[in-house]
Amino acid sequence: MDVIDMENGGFRYNGGGWIFRSLSFTVGEGEILSILGPNGKGKTTLLKAIQGMLRLSEGSIARGGNVGYVPQIAAASFGYSVLDMVVMGRSRHLGLFTPPGKRDFAVAHRCLERLGLDSLADRPFRTLSGGERQMTLIARALASECRCLVLDEPASALDFGNQNAMLRTLRSLREDGMAVIMSTHMPHHAHVVSDRALLMFSSEEHVCGKCDEVLVDENLRRLYGADVRRISFSSGGRGYSAVVPLFS
Amino acid sequence: MTERRAVFPFSLLAGLLVALTGAVALFSLAVGRFPVPVERVAWILFSALIPAEGSWNVQETSVVLLIRLPRVLGSLIAGGGLAMAGAALQGVFRNPLVGPQIIGVSSGAGFGGALAILLFDGLFAVIPLAFVFGLLAMIAVWSLGSGDREESLLSLVLGGVVISAFFTALTSLGQYVADPYNKLPAIVMWLMGSFASSSWDRLVFAVPVICCSGTLLYLVRFRINVLSLGQEEAEALGIDVARNRWFVLVCTTLITAATVALAGIVGWVGLVVPHMARMLVGSDHRKLLPVSALLGATYLTLMDDVARSLTAAEIPIGILTALAGAPLFAFLLKKRRREGGAWM
Repeated sequence: MDVIDMENGGFRYNGGGWIFRSLSFTVGEGEILSILGPNGKGKTTLLKAIQGMLRLSEGSIARGGNVGYVPQIAAASFGYSVLDMVVMGRSRHLGLFTPPGKRDFAVAHRCLERLGLDSLADRPFRTLSGGERQMTLIARALASECRCLVLDEPASALDFGNQNAMLRTLRSLREDGMAVIMSTHMPHHAHVVSDRALLMFSSEEHVCGKCDEVLVDENLRRLYGADVRRISFSSGGRGYSAVVPLFS
Repeated sequence: MTERRAVFPFSLLAGLLVALTGAVALFSLAVGRFPVPVERVAWILFSALIPAEGSWNVQETSVVLLIRLPRVLGSLIAGGGLAMAGAALQGVFRNPLVGPQIIGVSSGAGFGGALAILLFDGLFAVIPLAFVFGLLAMIAVWSLGSGDREESLLSLVLGGVVISAFFTALTSLGQYVADPYNKLPAIVMWLMGSFASSSWDRLVFAVPVICCSGTLLYLVRFRINVLSLGQEEAEALGIDVARNRWFVLVCTTLITAATVALAGIVGWVGLVVPHMARMLVGSDHRKLLPVSALLGATYLTLMDDVARSLTAAEIPIGILTALAGAPLFAFLLKKRRREGGAWM
């Protein structure tokens, strides 16, 4: 079943040029879509349109449930605890005058447990490592009881170990039936976790398809204007493939 | 700061602060040029509710009930209101330097009060005009600040600075043309802030406004947490950021305007007290708002005690709060940074 269904979507700020146009794709339950494109080609704008923070200028988008958003790790100037952060995910279910109650805290705890963060609940958010913060923000999105998770470059600021943990988390959420959309600068990540990839070459040129079919050298070269190779090898009887840039 | 939660339960802290506020209020009714023993103050208060016999005289009764009680109530409520407004604004603006004065409301209300003194005899017009000009200042700031989405907070602060400067200039103009023998001193004294003229009929207007707005702010305490994450994140969490911010701004404006109308410009309370509260309970506005209110009430009432008891003549309270507030503010921020804490 489709959770997100965009048809011929286009967006531009009042009278400006098109940020993206005639874009169609669907994301179903238990499916991961990666969005790739060079800097400034509208990935973040598209993510906002998917959440409904920006309204499409043309075309339509159907959402089969709430969308939870995981921003890039931001500097935290406030001293909230991890639990306080996660319970804020409940906002959309709370009235203007209603603070979160027992049930909301129970949901927050469950989401922390789901990601193995329960031991961090009382820690100040700002003392966490980058990886832990990112996980907390995912827990916050889950606390909103969303059916689709939108992540803005979830792994770009993380080291290899945390990248791996992040990608495994995304995979396990997919197993729960979550629809996941993430933007990424790393074709390699897209390859490892996602079912399909959306490549945004320019505002009106994009391809969307199975990773194996669209994440090919030629497309990636065109996408980034740099030489990129996909390499495949096997280790311990398992086949792997990686995408590496050829820096000149 | 939130680690302290487990060690020191919030309900105990809140109870202690309520008791402290009550004790300070009782003490403030007793202290002054004409001292009344605390136990007699308690009896006078008690007998005002339930007629009882006692060994106090009419003079003591009228000092406590007619002169000091409205004044203490005024400073409690103004202090609590200003501190709460400051805490809410710092959260919404995500900035530790923001206070009720920065949004230009104080200057607007200050000008309104000065204008009232200039145009009319007596103080009857001060409250309504201070209030109206406070609201006008807020609307002006808001219309300057609205428009661009991303930078709307910054442009709001800029709008506040501009409007503040404008109304300050108008106030100076008013002082320049005022009659130097009878109007000018009244304007200057009024602008420096004082609870000296607090009386029951002045409280009747300000207290309900501050209490209602304060209650509304308290009710949206969790929303202020969400707003403090910033526009984008708050929007992504599914709340209507613009409308929620408006709500908080209107409440803080009403509080500020009502306080200026009641007691002139009393600076620094709304800026300093939230930082003290944050050291006690952390950044969570669910705790920060009530604790700020209690601390602010205690702080301003003690300041007012000093203002009216230290010398034979009244010291304007605006001078005292600034004298105490500026070094205290510097100290609090430095201490927090040294301890590796967040600004907020």
